[in-house]
Amino acid sequence: MSTTETIEALATQEYKHGWSTDIEADTLPKGLNEDIVAEISRRKREPDWLLQWRLQAYRRWLTMTEPTWHNVHYPPIDYQDIIYFAAPKSQKDAPKSLDEVDPELRRTFDKLGIPLDEQKVLAGVAVDAVFDSVSVATTFKEKLAELGIIFCSFSEAVREHPDLVREYLGSVVPYTDNYFAALNSAVFSDGSFCYIPKGVRCPMELSTYFRINAKNTGQFERTLIVAEEGSYVSYLEGCTAPMRDENQLHAAVVELVAHKNATIKYSTVQNWYPGDKDGKGGIYNFVTKRGKCLGDNSKITWTQVETGSSITWKYPGCLLIGDNSVGEFYSVAVTNNMQQADTGTKMVHIGKNTRSTIVSKGISAGRGQNTYRGLVRVNPGAANARNYSQCDSLLIGDKCGAHTMPYIDVRNTSAQVEHEASTSKIGEDQIFYCRQRGIPTEDAVNMIVNGFCKEVFRELPMEFAVEAQKLLSISLEGSVG
Amino acid sequence: MERVGPMLEISDLHAGVAGNEILRGISLSVGAGEVHAIMGPNGSGKSTLARVLAGHSDYEVTAGSITFDGQDLLELEPEERAWAGVFMAFQYPIEIPGVNNAYFLKAALNAQRKARGEDELDAIEFMRLIKGRIKDLDMDPALLNRPVNEGFSGGEKKRNEILQMAVLSPKLAILDETDSGLDIDALRIVANGVNALRSPDRAIIVVTHYQRLLNYIVPDYVHVLSDGRIVHSGGKELAMELEERGYSWVETDAARPVAAVGA
Repeated sequence: MSTTETIEALATQEYKHGWSTDIEADTLPKGLNEDIVAEISRRKREPDWLLQWRLQAYRRWLTMTEPTWHNVHYPPIDYQDIIYFAAPKSQKDAPKSLDEVDPELRRTFDKLGIPLDEQKVLAGVAVDAVFDSVSVATTFKEKLAELGIIFCSFSEAVREHPDLVREYLGSVVPYTDNYFAALNSAVFSDGSFCYIPKGVRCPMELSTYFRINAKNTGQFERTLIVAEEGSYVSYLEGCTAPMRDENQLHAAVVELVAHKNATIKYSTVQNWYPGDKDGKGGIYNFVTKRGKCLGDNSKITWTQVETGSSITWKYPGCLLIGDNSVGEFYSVAVTNNMQQADTGTKMVHIGKNTRSTIVSKGISAGRGQNTYRGLVRVNPGAANARNYSQCDSLLIGDKCGAHTMPYIDVRNTSAQVEHEASTSKIGEDQIFYCRQRGIPTEDAVNMIVNGFCKEVFRELPMEFAVEAQKLLSISLEGSVG
Repeated sequence: MERVGPMLEISDLHAGVAGNEILRGISLSVGAGEVHAIMGPNGSGKSTLARVLAGHSDYEVTAGSITFDGQDLLELEPEERAWAGVFMAFQYPIEIPGVNNAYFLKAALNAQRKARGEDELDAIEFMRLIKGRIKDLDMDPALLNRPVNEGFSGGEKKRNEILQMAVLSPKLAILDETDSGLDIDALRIVANGVNALRSPDRAIIVVTHYQRLLNYIVPDYVHVLSDGRIVHSGGKELAMELEERGYSWVETDAARPVAAVGA
């Protein structure tokens, strides 16, 4: 079959998670003003300092303009036409255990294949599930608590550990950072908080699933992870959303802090609704993620597999402050149909002997546009800094695009910075070779794409690497015929 | 099972690429257990014939028919031909970066077994199957864990093709210029690998420009292609004659029609 037929075949595929759960949401009216900000804070029974912080962020946001430098195009967002807070009703009687969780909610998670039960125990995964903006279930908390690990919803952290939250909130991504970070700081609804005490190695993968459910509800998560001296944590965030007609705005902020000799691995699998074949619907994903390697010998690894959203705008970065600290970024970004992704990383070398590695794999199919945008900066004091960047693009079909925009800013002569880039097309000859051996086209494409992404997938925790491969095959279904 | 007629029956096959006719009426019968050599000068259509048999989409069949095991081969997709037992060793084996060679071969074998309603092999059964074959072909086992054909030498790529053939165990194996780029030792090893697969229920078509491969894989029949037609057919001695006299004498002799030979 020709490539044209292929692309037509691809256009007919439907989003597999396209359904919505019938739960009455306890929502605020549309629009944004100081009253709404205050009401969000009130409903969440927040202390005054946090309310003031939100209001400062909101006022700052009013003075800012939406960025336009990115290579993504979308109609203007009406920020007064968005609902900034929605909570499932049943949350009012906060469930104490999984048995108390709304069965409709449980079914939602089951459809998504998120087993909030014994299966996760066996898999060694603790899940803090966010359903619309409020956490509904947290498992393993007690087991983790024995080690002094705090893993809870952001709201709970504000109530139970206000000093920790106050110390670190905004310390990596201040509300002045950018337009979407300011918006998030004003209206964030919930998210996850994780604290690993000194010398503790977190014994399991911590995992959060986000899911956007109520109609026209922007989601504004806030995640904060603090790893004290000599500690280790691996964290996975996975996302899906049901089908919607209107575009949904998502502007999350994730802050990571790694103290001396601490390691944080942060892995993301993102499968939000990408819109239909004409680009209608789909999630706008404007995310600010940053980690601070504060202490000497600290290490932060970002691994992301981005297959969803109609627009992806995110640059998980590392501030390498401690001497000998290490930042890593491994990324697979897929754009199919009308999806657009402008994603990459920022590695800022501040301390001595700091090292960073960037491996970015962009896959474009249909009419998708994929942009890698990355900054490597070596400050004057960052003696012997090293960076290695590799940006590979894979094109499927002839209507998609791949763009690579590396920014390199080196202010120390002892630095070594390497950048490699490649662009290739899935060859008809590769597919024919597979088919001649008996492997059907769809499987052949999956195999070739997975091979292309291998360096990134091997950075994911095993069970999630399998999930990532499945997501990739779903999102590229029918892309070659 | 008693077979009615030859395994492969090509009749008056016309095929080309982008409106340019390359095969101009090929007829050929290949029976089970036979080894046929297709020889001919560059551009005569040898590799086109191999690729048309495998179902390469660049080529359009404009007339004629191909029957394989009683089925209309032209109706089948490339993978369906593979499931039916057609294998082609590529002249230029394709590289697939990041895909483990053993994984690829296991996926291919299991896709074929599944399509035929057979049980798929697990990793242990597969390794047991592959181990001996690797040894027969004097292959470095480390090649199994490298990406498919990536960074392989010319000889390693060709041996890898024969390994795939041995593991997939096809009914009809087509070797497209498998000898090109091989030194004499590698040639012998590859030929031994092919000879080991000769059996009464398997047919082999060897496409080659040079006679030397046929010293090691001795064919039952030799066909000479020129300008998209079979202009001469004979026994193994025909290959020797070509070696001595070159292709020009058969080409000038092309006016003489030659009946297809075979089972």
